[in-house]
Amino acid sequence: MTDSSAGRAAQLPGSYLAPGSASFADLVAGQAPALLPGGRAAATAASTGLDVPHGTTIVAATFDGGVMMAGDRRATMGNIIAQRDIQKVFPADEYSCVGIAGSAGLAVELVRLFQTELEHYEKIEGTPLSLDGKANRLAGLIRANLGMAMQGLAVVPLFGGYDLHAGSGRIFSYDVTGGRYEETAFHAVGSGALFARGSLKKLYRDGLAERDCVTAIVQALYDAADDDSATGGPDLTRRIFPVVAIVTGDGYRRMPDDDVAVLADEVVAARMSRPDGPAAPLT
Amino acid sequence: MTTPFYVSPEQLMKDRADFARKGIARGRSVVVVQYADGICFVAENPSRALHKISEIYDRVAFAAVGRYNEFENLRIAGVRLADLRGYSYDRRDVTGRGLANAYAQTLGTIFSSGGEKPYEVEIFVAEVADNPEDDTVYRLTYDGSVADEQRFAVMGGQADKVAGYLGEHYREGLGRAEAVRLAVSALAYDADEPRDIPADQVEAAVLDRSRGQQRKFVRLDDRAVIDALADGAADGAVDGAADGAADGAADGAADGADDG
Repeated sequence: MTDSSAGRAAQLPGSYLAPGSASFADLVAGQAPALLPGGRAAATAASTGLDVPHGTTIVAATFDGGVMMAGDRRATMGNIIAQRDIQKVFPADEYSCVGIAGSAGLAVELVRLFQTELEHYEKIEGTPLSLDGKANRLAGLIRANLGMAMQGLAVVPLFGGYDLHAGSGRIFSYDVTGGRYEETAFHAVGSGALFARGSLKKLYRDGLAERDCVTAIVQALYDAADDDSATGGPDLTRRIFPVVAIVTGDGYRRMPDDDVAVLADEVVAARMSRPDGPAAPLT
Repeated sequence: MTTPFYVSPEQLMKDRADFARKGIARGRSVVVVQYADGICFVAENPSRALHKISEIYDRVAFAAVGRYNEFENLRIAGVRLADLRGYSYDRRDVTGRGLANAYAQTLGTIFSSGGEKPYEVEIFVAEVADNPEDDTVYRLTYDGSVADEQRFAVMGGQADKVAGYLGEHYREGLGRAEAVRLAVSALAYDADEPRDIPADQVEAAVLDRSRGQQRKFVRLDDRAVIDALADGAADGAVDGAADGAADGAADGAADGADDG
């Protein structure tokens, strides 16, 4: 009579009325495990040699008043560009954002699960999770995906949020086993992360204003794209620019594309005279 | 051995209905009022933590009267249903109608099954749409029957008296603050003499279609309620300004931090 896996039940399934945890992932695991990113029978088919789209570089940095995160727009499939305008940075809830590098299909699904997880907890408990609680939940979801990661479908997120208690932005990075590490100031993940991090080392300083911080991470993404073929730079002909998410005490917002375009144009214009980007002082 | 008495089905159902109705009438009323930008819920509730009004999904909210543990159970089940459906299909596929149906089936089954006692609850499920005329408010009773409400509705406590007051004073196109004020005054008219309801005893929330975010549910904190009750004299301009300001600054805080 009821098809709980499709959520089409005419009547609320008895288990919904039973006391349980406030975790949406636990609910899905009990009701419809096939909907979980790692819970698919087809997962076993995803062994070596399967070419699936991969997302690449995500950069995050804290600034005065919050945290921001940006991702390039390229997804690659081997040597092919699978998509030019993919979105890899998402709002996680009102006060946090998540960016994901790695297998794109899984990543998008994991983000959806994580978003629902946070919202579900907030509605059931009547209060949002603490920022550390959110970061730990994400670690749990990544850990559940370990089986897929071992088969080559790794998902590596970067999590940033505004800590309402501390009154500042914070960044968390992860490894495929679900290890959670808090980063100070800035961090990057994905194939171009090494170059982006090197770039930010020279450009980042404490107490950056919001606009300057956006410029710094757009520079970092430019440097990543400069040296990593899987990272896309600003696409001037198609007018495709990085997704920039900003989280402050006022909540999450995505910087309008037109505003990012202005900053990206400035960065590109400066690179016309100095292709390696701004020079840092020697001492 | 005792011989069980024969009880006719009519009598059985009547007894169960009386039992449920008595439980529901004991508490205070909950009012729902449709206004220009959405749907406003107001309840008299001295508790900060135990809500009678809650968010279910983007455009769907829930209000209840009766036994707390029973309607809390239904609320959680509704959130589970909505989140799972939204996750497996799309957020737009979660509708108030679907949820009202699930509640109706559940309440109906519990009411007519011999073993359990009926739930002593009444529920509003409301969904805000892009246009005021498409807003829907469903009222579900302890036996699983569903009614489609228009303009305003009251359940629990002395519902008839409160509804009488609303019937005399309701008009179309109210502002948000006006709607809250009207609802609070209506709640005060549940006895022969109108009572005075302090702002900190008022639990209020709106489904606000003008809210920029996907989630339209906003819980009004104490300050917002006091503001709404205060600006009775200078309506027009003050309303607009207060709503605007509250949207920007208070929204985030209101439905995030102040929930708990």
